[in-house]
Amino acid sequence: MADTTPIAVELRGVSKRFGDTTAVAELDLAVRSGEFFSMLGPSGSGKTTVLRMIAGFEEASSGSILLDGDDVTRSAPFDRAVNTVFQDYALFPHMTIAQNVAYGLKVRKTPKAETQQRVAEALEQVRLAHVADRLPHQLSGGQRQRIALARALILRPRVLLLDEPLGALDKQLREQMQIELKQIQREVGITFIFVTHDQEEALTLSDRIAVFNQGRVEQVGTPREVYEFPQTAFVAGFLGVSNLIGPELAQQLTGSSQPFTVRPERVRVLAADATPASHETSVIGTIAETVYTGPATRYIVEGEHGLRVIAERHNDHAPTDTAPWSRGDRVRVAWATEHAALVP
Amino acid sequence: MTSTATKPVSTMLYRSRRLRLGSLLTLPLVWLVGLYIASLALLLATAFWRVDPFTSKVTPAFQFDAFEQLLSNQAYLSTSLRTLGIALTVTLVSAAFAIPLGIYMAKIASPWMRGFLAVAITLPLWAGYLVKILAMRVTFTEEGFFNSFFGVFGISGPGFSQTTVVLTLTYLWFPYMALPVYTAIRQIPVNLFDASADLGARGWTTIRTVVMPLLAPALIAGSVFTFSLSLGDYIAAELVGGRTQMIGSVIANNINLNPPVAAAFALVPIAFVVLYLLGTRRTGALERM
Repeated sequence: MADTTPIAVELRGVSKRFGDTTAVAELDLAVRSGEFFSMLGPSGSGKTTVLRMIAGFEEASSGSILLDGDDVTRSAPFDRAVNTVFQDYALFPHMTIAQNVAYGLKVRKTPKAETQQRVAEALEQVRLAHVADRLPHQLSGGQRQRIALARALILRPRVLLLDEPLGALDKQLREQMQIELKQIQREVGITFIFVTHDQEEALTLSDRIAVFNQGRVEQVGTPREVYEFPQTAFVAGFLGVSNLIGPELAQQLTGSSQPFTVRPERVRVLAADATPASHETSVIGTIAETVYTGPATRYIVEGEHGLRVIAERHNDHAPTDTAPWSRGDRVRVAWATEHAALVP
Repeated sequence: MTSTATKPVSTMLYRSRRLRLGSLLTLPLVWLVGLYIASLALLLATAFWRVDPFTSKVTPAFQFDAFEQLLSNQAYLSTSLRTLGIALTVTLVSAAFAIPLGIYMAKIASPWMRGFLAVAITLPLWAGYLVKILAMRVTFTEEGFFNSFFGVFGISGPGFSQTTVVLTLTYLWFPYMALPVYTAIRQIPVNLFDASADLGARGWTTIRTVVMPLLAPALIAGSVFTFSLSLGDYIAAELVGGRTQMIGSVIANNINLNPPVAAAFALVPIAFVVLYLLGTRRTGALERM
């Protein structure tokens, strides 16, 4: 995405303190118009608090929040052109699905005919027109999720905030909903800000990801950037399994004590006496553990100078072939030197 | 099995469903049918009995004199309506206090404040019924607290009147409204408030469209207490009502003189409550209880 894209949401030096604890510290963030922006982090990292401040449910302790360039830091939720999809959907239990979806329009005193038509369209968009007269508790989790989405999108917000919307769904449904979310986002062209603790989900869906840790943003970038070039050890570790080569071993291998990371799928396991390619860095260790995960097998290799590297080998060989190495074997692990990402 | 030998009673109960139900329900059924229902039925029967005009002796009969007296006596009719009005006002005032208080307690107050208010609301339940009425009497009597305090500002209290009866009954029954309402508000997920605001509703709209419908079962439960307890009360009218007469006052006056009229009049509040419940059932709120 070009940098000339207008900014939909901007946070300038935003902090949030609850009593003595600081949930969000001096945060600067700019979300571009029309992008699918994820805020990824473990629980308690401040990502949901940031979302709630953008929605207006929490007031920032300091700093300012801009929506399309307008300062909304002190605006009430009902005065902001953003809508939220809640983690547990927050559908009104006493209203039918159609009434739930119509709620925002009804509050705005939209004419009846227009309301009806837009509700029908919104339900059509999430393919749930047939449940219009049911109550929320009669729907499955996935259906409720889609209704929550329809209820928020019907108001055509500038920005849609999604607070772990797929968290309560089982794995298969979650993956199906991810595809649907992405399609809907492309259709409506609204900026999505998506909070999740699931790194795979963030990588799959996002145009850009902000990785949160302890109330700060560790890195912002495209999925490829944050995955392949993590700027901090935390980002490397949080986005999938990563091998962190500490200063001592780095000194041994590269002559510099600058730590670096390398992804398990980029690490080869060779016989201890094999010669690595010239562009590779390699080190000898012992297989401490092998883990069969179905599509791949992981080898955990340990050795001197704090060496502990996970190597992942795709099980693309004949199904009956057993693993070429087992626990206790002396092996050489090698990776292309350019695949190592330095941790600043 | 060894358990057969060691626990014969449990084994027998385990095998027989009838015995099990029997042992479970005997005691409550004796109470419910024997005392509760039977005494009410006797009361109902009394309404049809006959009072000898000369000796004032009551003899079993089946006649409608008592009901005719009820319907033809203007004072009885206005007493019924007055009582109904008092009970409805008490219910409305209690609800009007309970809802904002409940929202504050459940969603805004600190845990300490919440505990304090919960105690403050239930505190009156700790004192006896008469004690509370006497407290109101002391407050509203001619040289009482209300007049001596507010008299400085030129405000004089309602004295012993229908207003004071409403205030007293509200004071007496408010906890029965406040507690279910508070509990119901606590059970409304905070997210629903957020969602409503998020979709553009201001505070008042949220209360009207989200909170109130979800509170309906609690309001009905609470109002059954405030309404029926107020309908049946007569001591408040007696002690702080001045000349205010309620259904209970009429029943009390007739209980020795004319038991059939007292019994017939006792059916009026029951009829009101039944009508009230039928009315609430139509709203559909009871199904979500």
